[in-house]
Amino acid sequence: MSFSLNGVPVALPQGGTLLQALRGPFGLNGPKLGCAAEACGACHVLLDGVSVPSCALPVEAVAGRVVVTLEGLGTPEDPHPLQTAFLEEQAGQCGYCLSGIIISAAALLRREAKPDEDAVRAALQPHLCRCHSHNRILRAVLRAQAEPHQ
Amino acid sequence: MNLAFNTAPDDRPRLPGSLHVNRRLSQWLEFRADGTVLVRPGKVELGQGILTALTQIVADELDVDPARVALLPATTGVSPNEAVTSGSLSVQESGMALRHAAADARSIFLSVVSQRSGVTPDAIRVEDGAFIGPDGPLGSYWDMAGQGLLEAEASPAAQPKPAAARRLVGTSWPRLDLPAKVFGQARFIHDMRLPGMLHARMVRPPSVGARLLSVGPPAGATLVRDGDFLAVVAASEALADRAAARLKPSWSAGTGLPPDTDAWLRAAPGEDSVVASDGTPAPPTLTREFRRPYFAHASVGLCCALARWDGDALTVWSHTQGPYNLAADLAKALGVPPDAITVIHAEGAGCYGHNGADDVALDAALCARETPGVPVRALWSRAEELGHGPLSPAMLVRVDATTDAAGNLTHWSSHIRSNGHSGRPGRGAVATLLAAPWILGGQPMPASINPPLAGGGGAQRNAVPIYDVPNLQVGLTRITDMPIRSSALRGLGALINVWSIESVMDELAGRAGVDPVEYRLRHLSDPRARAVLEAVAAMAPRAPGWGIAVARYKNLGAWCAVAARVEADERVRCRELWIAADMGEVINPDGAVNQLEGGALHGVSVALHEEARHDGSRITSDSWDTYPVLRFADVPRVTTRLITRPEQPPLGAGEASMAPAIAAIAAGIHAALGVRPTRLPFTPENL
Ligand code: FES
Ligand code: FES
Repeated sequence: MSFSLNGVPVALPQGGTLLQALRGPFGLNGPKLGCAAEACGACHVLLDGVSVPSCALPVEAVAGRVVVTLEGLGTPEDPHPLQTAFLEEQAGQCGYCLSGIIISAAALLRREAKPDEDAVRAALQPHLCRCHSHNRILRAVLRAQAEPHQ
Repeated sequence: MNLAFNTAPDDRPRLPGSLHVNRRLSQWLEFRADGTVLVRPGKVELGQGILTALTQIVADELDVDPARVALLPATTGVSPNEAVTSGSLSVQESGMALRHAAADARSIFLSVVSQRSGVTPDAIRVEDGAFIGPDGPLGSYWDMAGQGLLEAEASPAAQPKPAAARRLVGTSWPRLDLPAKVFGQARFIHDMRLPGMLHARMVRPPSVGARLLSVGPPAGATLVRDGDFLAVVAASEALADRAAARLKPSWSAGTGLPPDTDAWLRAAPGEDSVVASDGTPAPPTLTREFRRPYFAHASVGLCCALARWDGDALTVWSHTQGPYNLAADLAKALGVPPDAITVIHAEGAGCYGHNGADDVALDAALCARETPGVPVRALWSRAEELGHGPLSPAMLVRVDATTDAAGNLTHWSSHIRSNGHSGRPGRGAVATLLAAPWILGGQPMPASINPPLAGGGGAQRNAVPIYDVPNLQVGLTRITDMPIRSSALRGLGALINVWSIESVMDELAGRAGVDPVEYRLRHLSDPRARAVLEAVAAMAPRAPGWGIAVARYKNLGAWCAVAARVEADERVRCRELWIAADMGEVINPDGAVNQLEGGALHGVSVALHEEARHDGSRITSDSWDTYPVLRFADVPRVTTRLITRPEQPPLGAGEASMAPAIAAIAAGIHAALGVRPTRLPFTPENL
């Protein structure tokens, strides 16, 4: 049993949630734990292109599927337009919420080439930002959608 | 709120900020032969961008490229003791210390270069750390690293650059820590993985004051029990979660919580004090009462700490706000000498006050004691975050105001009832960490206190109006029973005090038939307060649901005025906010705006969404469903204007806007609905 993680086929670990597998054996840092109850958005990943919480999903559920985390979107050398836009807008304070938010924004930009602000707000509604950087985050997503992207 | 606690006057020449109590230059700065300068602030990154601001200050003063500045995370025994990172004081305390230390270091190096080269200091300029004379290079900071030139006490005579000569300060330098967070690189304490590290989960009493009666062995994990402290330690997070969930300990009944917070607030025993007293009392023409509930910190991240015992020595990695304070309380709770403990700061998720960061460090230390030499990572759950971390206490404020025939304010009298707003560790004889009272030999949790007004106050913060009022009486009852552990959260007492003052001023303006801005200005002689109020009044077009408020944070810090536009149908929504702030010199304008907007939106969340609830035995608002906060759909647009004054001392940004935002929303609700809110949050049931 295997799945695709950030473009690489990997063996499916046993037991626990997808988030525990990503942060545990796979050693990733992007997805964060915030509630373990699908209520804060910190742990979102792309599952077959759709943004989903990974904190309550049994890891077995991703067998044969495609998982992308923040690390898989881009790198400092080859950033995703959202990553560039978040830095340009300085969209964040502590940054704990950003991985999940950028993942949901990426899913939105795949669905809709030019979402308006209301569509961005709706896509980010599952996500909390307690530093209250919301307006910068909205600006960053709207800036990124103006750029060409993958 | 931090150095304010230990500013006992002394005879030593005054040095800026925390330099006064950490006077050796080498504590703060170290030039290294590799062309970098190591800076050791005692303040910590909480998401507020302090590391970036400090880098700008140091690079500017030393004349080096900011890329050469390396910052050491605050570490006990190594970094200067700057007490707690709180109260929006980091630029004042750490920034001004580092500015002075860097100016002094620059002049020491310059004079050595001058002596050695025979070139007068005036003829030498510093370019990215290199000293350049009329005939070419004369060496650099890096060439002279390791010569012990900074093994000296800072000189009070050192002269930082004049404002006009600063190049980096005053510009919006991008956040140093943001790229790692946008690319998913390890940056948070949650991302630390020490070799062989085990995972701990705590199992808490189901009701306040419950005692642990018995517990069976856990499956696939090690049990940790000390008195009423209970945890499991396992090889992975999944195993630890499972073992904790399956452990079914038996607990005694608890000691209970007051079922009715209002009744408790009125009747609970306390200690009375006079906050301000001037002139004589008079019969009031207006009496109003304001109430607020408990609020939670509700960071998106979970409290986390790593600990390892090596023999009698304990190392703790923590997102504490005060590494030395934490070490002091760990020592008390664990019964070891403070110098056996090293606390190393590691970044956590956003911190808005005294949350569970220190508590989880004791949890980790207790668990790691069972596994000598092996590091243990303790992590809280969402329910622990919301149900076991310190809360900002419920409060009751009564205001009596008297006006003259023209409607102008002549007498102000108010009284506050509240628990203390500071239960921070490291300040008393008894540890104030969550698990400290539970372990064998533990002492009961001391009731929280209030810092003195000169240090910003706690419950009484901003209780003295900024308005000119000839007769003033402000009293405080600090409730000394503390059924729910209370401590500092962004704004402390200012949230209710600013709102109650501004609500009464708004109402008095209405009674006098005077425009609310005009009425405030009539009573406001502080020019900087007038300037922010006039600025925001000019920014925010009058519209239905429009409200305005102004305050000077702690009556000592930044001036901030906020205007709000609200809409009210089945519930109240804040649609737009305008902020004008004067925080003196601004190190990083974009960072300041980010903080001001964050504070104002935090105010929106508190005003319209938040309330920590409990029943007779426990905090019940311990999930995101039961403790809802502001989300994207309800976030208003925000426009911010800074009134910068580069020649004036810098004042913090993080807390100044929150209370005025709440007060402006209350005024907007009155404008929209004709109802004056008297109870937070401003939900349909409270209006
Ligand atoms: S951690 Fe998954 S939604 Fe909160
Ligand atoms: S930036 Fe801190 S939670 Fe969003």
